[in-house]
Amino acid sequence: MTDILKAHDLCKDYRLSHGKTLRALDHVSLTVRSGEVLGLVGESGCGKSTLGRCLLRLTDLSSGNILFEDQDISRMNDRALRPVRRRMQMVFQDSYASLNPKRRIGDLVAEPLRVHPDANGKKRSRQVIEVRLEELMDLVSLPHSALARYPHEFSGGQRQRINIARALALSPRLIVADEPVSALDVSVQAQIVNLFTDLKEQLGLTYIFIAHDLAVVRQISTRVAVMYLGAIVELGDTDAVMQTPAHPYTMALISAVPKPVIGAHDERILLHGDVPSPISPPSGCRFHTRCPKAEGRCSAEAPALRDIGNGRQVACHFPLH
Amino acid sequence: MAGDAPLLDVRDLSVSFRSGGRDVPIIENVSFAVCEREILGIVGESGSGKSVTAMAIMRLIDDPGVTLRGSVRFRGQELTTLPQKAFRTIRGREIAMIFQDPMTAFTPVYTVGWQIDEAIRVHERLSKAEARARTVRLLGDMGVPDPERTANRYPHQLSGGLRQRAMIAMALSCNPALLIADEPTTALDVTVQAQILDLLRNLRTDYGSAVMLITHDMGVVAETCDHVMVLYSGRVAERGPAAAIFSQPAHPYTAALLDSIPPLTGPRPTRLPSIAGAPPAPLERPPGCAFAPRCHYAHAACDILPPLVRCAEQEVACVLPGEGKALPPRMTERVEA
Ligand SMILES: Nc1ncnc2c1ncn2[C@@H]1O[C@H](COP(=O)(O)OP(=O)(O)OP(=O)(O)O)[C@@H](O)[C@H]1O
Ligand SMILES: Nc1ncnc2c1ncn2[C@@H]1O[C@H](COP(=O)(O)OP(=O)(O)OP(=O)(O)O)[C@@H](O)[C@H]1O
Ligand code: SF4
Ligand code: SF4
Ligand SMILES: [Mg+2]
Ligand SMILES: [Mg+2]
Repeated sequence: MTDILKAHDLCKDYRLSHGKTLRALDHVSLTVRSGEVLGLVGESGCGKSTLGRCLLRLTDLSSGNILFEDQDISRMNDRALRPVRRRMQMVFQDSYASLNPKRRIGDLVAEPLRVHPDANGKKRSRQVIEVRLEELMDLVSLPHSALARYPHEFSGGQRQRINIARALALSPRLIVADEPVSALDVSVQAQIVNLFTDLKEQLGLTYIFIAHDLAVVRQISTRVAVMYLGAIVELGDTDAVMQTPAHPYTMALISAVPKPVIGAHDERILLHGDVPSPISPPSGCRFHTRCPKAEGRCSAEAPALRDIGNGRQVACHFPLH
Repeated sequence: MAGDAPLLDVRDLSVSFRSGGRDVPIIENVSFAVCEREILGIVGESGSGKSVTAMAIMRLIDDPGVTLRGSVRFRGQELTTLPQKAFRTIRGREIAMIFQDPMTAFTPVYTVGWQIDEAIRVHERLSKAEARARTVRLLGDMGVPDPERTANRYPHQLSGGLRQRAMIAMALSCNPALLIADEPTTALDVTVQAQILDLLRNLRTDYGSAVMLITHDMGVVAETCDHVMVLYSGRVAERGPAAAIFSQPAHPYTAALLDSIPPLTGPRPTRLPSIAGAPPAPLERPPGCAFAPRCHYAHAACDILPPLVRCAEQEVACVLPGEGKALPPRMTERVEA
């Protein structure tokens, strides 16, 4: 399998008022293989969206490099990025806010087709766009009649289908989906997760799938990266990570998920406290303030993300295996 | 009062709002009971009427176009017709409510401790110092670290998890017999949610309180509740003991809902079982079973609104049990913990 995207040593600092800085990404490196679904999980504020946006160059990096299809895009300006942007798209959580309520669906989905030229550098004709719009509606299982209607006429799940259609308009290779099903009810969520699965098979897409819901990520991902306070703490094949987590945080996170089974909470690992502020993160291992396995060394020395075999990486002095 | 009479007994509660010259029925004939020290979960998808049910019980709907029918009895006393003044002594003291967003419970201009002190002093004659002592104890009980100092902080200075704990502390300040919690953990991270659910589970032993827990998360229900009521489009689909509903859901909606949750362990299905379509809006609700347009088992008999009937340990609004075609038990191998 080839690598579609390689990110090396990414850092992202946000400047806050009072001259403080917040390090939202702290030396993050990862590789995305062509055709895979890389799940990105972690609690609120750990940097998932920031990473997704940096990878697509929607947010500027503070330092680090990104290779997309073997091209270094880390410092490209907007003009140079334009042809690259067609090949990488984002789908967001809030399907309502991301669709202009005053415009028809056909208009909204056609926008990228009008803005970007076709493969030969030419503007697309109205007929070409029309045909493509109907193809897109078929792909996301919406009737062609949807094109003439307005966003408010659709349910949350349908609006998410529209967002997906728009992201697919230019036939991208990589899609970063940022919490694409989090706002949906479970019964509808399953439909959209299935749609993502089907589209990937049908179109040979690669996804970076961001979600705080571990069960959803497990369902769709081939590999999963777990983040805590701006860093990746564990990365590996989904089944391996979920069945035998190596990082104490991964273990606690999985254990904390409420399971629809009576009596499942009995063996829960309860973490104490909340995630510390990223403005003044703990010394050494950032998880040491909540880690049930922490020892003296943990607060003094930050563990590096290292290989532990079988393509698994973990950042812990005392991995669980 | 009989020893096992329910603490809260809701019968045929219906709420509708006037809109566009029509009465829009939001919830229809919702009935359920909460016993002392019991945790009842109310689940349903967005818009199914969970919050409206809670707000109606608490008499917090102040929409001039609202019509409310049915009965709400608390310790045998009818609440819907109780004069405002008498009701206020019950709300806050006997029945307290917490919300998803703790910022709605606190005002930003006073410290959290001051606000909890005041909530205590509204219902009990205590000095400021006595009230503060209780506030600090409550915050400590709720797992707030350094409660004396935290009490002196403003709501926005606390993390989401701490604010939620402070709100629960305020709700418990008068030792209510019933706590109504509307999505209390939805905005929280899972590791913090686990802490708050642990706290809610322990309220019955530590405070003797019953809890009516509103959530859309079946996992939260399974881990917290004794009894469950499933709402679908403003109507009760199914209710009964949690253990029975999770092992053998009797309503096709409950069963499909449980199936559509991706499993956290065991084999991963290539595709998730999903329910086509979406719940109907109140005005588009069919006269018969509201789930019929999405139901695998829908047939002619479903065109007439099915009443709640007993099926095994639960009650279910579906025609199947009456036709001798009750649903099979769930495949349990994929839900093993
Ligand atoms: N524009 C910004 N300015 C300052 N800080 C920011 C900005 N955007 C994000 N942050 C901070 O960066 C950190 C990472 O945020 P990010 O949105 O990437 O997290 P996330 O993992 O996506 O969280 P969530 O699950 O809540 O979406 C957070 O502490 C956040 O407050
Ligand atoms: N004051 C009101 N006037 C008109 N309609 C209302 C009013 N309050 C609520 N509704 C409607 O009642 C229905 C049920 O709302 P409710 O808030 O009880 O749903 P819910 O089950 O709590 O959903 P969620 O999970 O999204 O919180 C919704 O369709 C809502 O739009
Ligand atoms: S390095 Fe130490 S504190 Fe950090 S996760 Fe490992 S054991 Fe816990
Ligand atoms: S009454 Fe009919 S449509 Fe409704 S849930 Fe039962 S079988 Fe399905
Ligand atoms: Mg995010
Ligand atoms: Mg609600």
